Amino acid sequence: MLDILSEYGFLLLVGQFPNGPLGGVALTLVMSVAALLLAFPVALAVAIARTSPIPAIHRAASVYVTAVRGLPLLLIIFWAYFVLPLVTGMTTSASVTVVCALVIYEGAYLGESIRAALEALPRGQTEAARSLGMTYRSTMTKVIIPQALFNCLPSMMNQFVLIVKNTSLAYIIGSQEVTFSANSINAQLLTKPFEVYFILAGIYFVVCFSLSRLAKAIEHRVVRKRLGQQTRQSDPNSSLVRAPS
Amino acid sequence: MSLQSFEVLADPEVQRLFLRGFGTTLRLFVTSAACAYLLGALLVVLRMSGRIPSALVSAFVEYHRNVPSIVQIFVWYFGVPQMLPAPWHAWMNAHVGALFFAVIALSLNAAAYISEDLRSGIRAVSTGQLEAARALGLSYVKAMQLVVVPQAIRAAAPALISQALGLLKATSLALAIGVNELMYVARQLDGETYATFPSYLTPTLIYLACTLTLMFVGSRLERAASRSR
Repeated sequence: MLDILSEYGFLLLVGQFPNGPLGGVALTLVMSVAALLLAFPVALAVAIARTSPIPAIHRAASVYVTAVRGLPLLLIIFWAYFVLPLVTGMTTSASVTVVCALVIYEGAYLGESIRAALEALPRGQTEAARSLGMTYRSTMTKVIIPQALFNCLPSMMNQFVLIVKNTSLAYIIGSQEVTFSANSINAQLLTKPFEVYFILAGIYFVVCFSLSRLAKAIEHRVVRKRLGQQTRQSDPNSSLVRAPS
Repeated sequence: MSLQSFEVLADPEVQRLFLRGFGTTLRLFVTSAACAYLLGALLVVLRMSGRIPSALVSAFVEYHRNVPSIVQIFVWYFGVPQMLPAPWHAWMNAHVGALFFAVIALSLNAAAYISEDLRSGIRAVSTGQLEAARALGLSYVKAMQLVVVPQAIRAAAPALISQALGLLKATSLALAIGVNELMYVARQLDGETYATFPSYLTPTLIYLACTLTLMFVGSRLERAASRSR
């Protein structure tokens, strides 16, 4: 196993990078980060649309979310593979195609977790902002969304772990990320499939496990901060309205 | 994307291909789901019985949560037969197909998630329920069986249904090791006829029909559960 690592470790890490395109774990991470960053505005739009008071908007958003929840990611990748060149008129690389498919897919899932955070805020927040004379728009952008996004940081991290795992499907349409590297190493060695795939599983495990631990740490902070706010509110000494004695 | 390309779907040979692919998808789904729910329940029992089994189950769950399903399928399909003694390996090559390994990988993966859902279902039942049942003279096993587990399953039902949904979608990954399920058939048809649009529209509609049914059942169960509470 060590000899595979010493001989092919570089290929697993960066692909053929200095002499060719970026690949390996580096490409997996670049694709994941790109997918998360691009999916975020889509998800936010979906979440706002799903909580929108206008029926046509929230119905359209729920059709999108339901359709994406009902289809395998692989099918969405295949659709992106054929539809993207038709729409843009140019050939897109496999990695770009997968990032686009992931944006569509995660836009729905991340959108649902942002929506859950929006709905979890107490209604008093909206009511107070509106009764102070703020418009719907400024209530959302100044009061609701900032709090909801902070509260859903942990679930965003968990979505990021899912994105990293999902990029492994990219090898099927020929993107040279780490699963692709492992497959080509396996094809060269032929006799050591267990070692090669064990190493591949190990790489994903290290990346995803540390990310999910980070998610847990963030969750701890978020929960503590929210609890802190609540205890401060219920603390009789700091409350503005005192009970008549 | 011409309408003419849809004529491919009128070919009875193509229809048979899709039907067979759908049949394989369903077989993958039903067998892995049955194994996954059974194993998931077993894992929860193990997790609650002593420190060592609990640590082992937790390692099992962490592995399956942090490694992509497709890599798990590769480990099973390419890796595990090589580790077996040579005569077994030869027997496996002759008798056991890719479908078998896909079922193993998919059901182990789903079992890990299902055991977590069941565990949080059990946690959702307040300890007073168990204590009250014990105080009334029920044995631990009876109390679990009659009082805690039914409530835990009801609490976990939405999550359990969504695991079934995920499993149905995950069967498409079996294409990577050459199981000719729905996606494999679609890809093959597209490669042979270049009728891309109908080739992928057919599985899209089939998957949607199945998953929408599952979602409908799930929302019904959820409503029934919240009414009975």
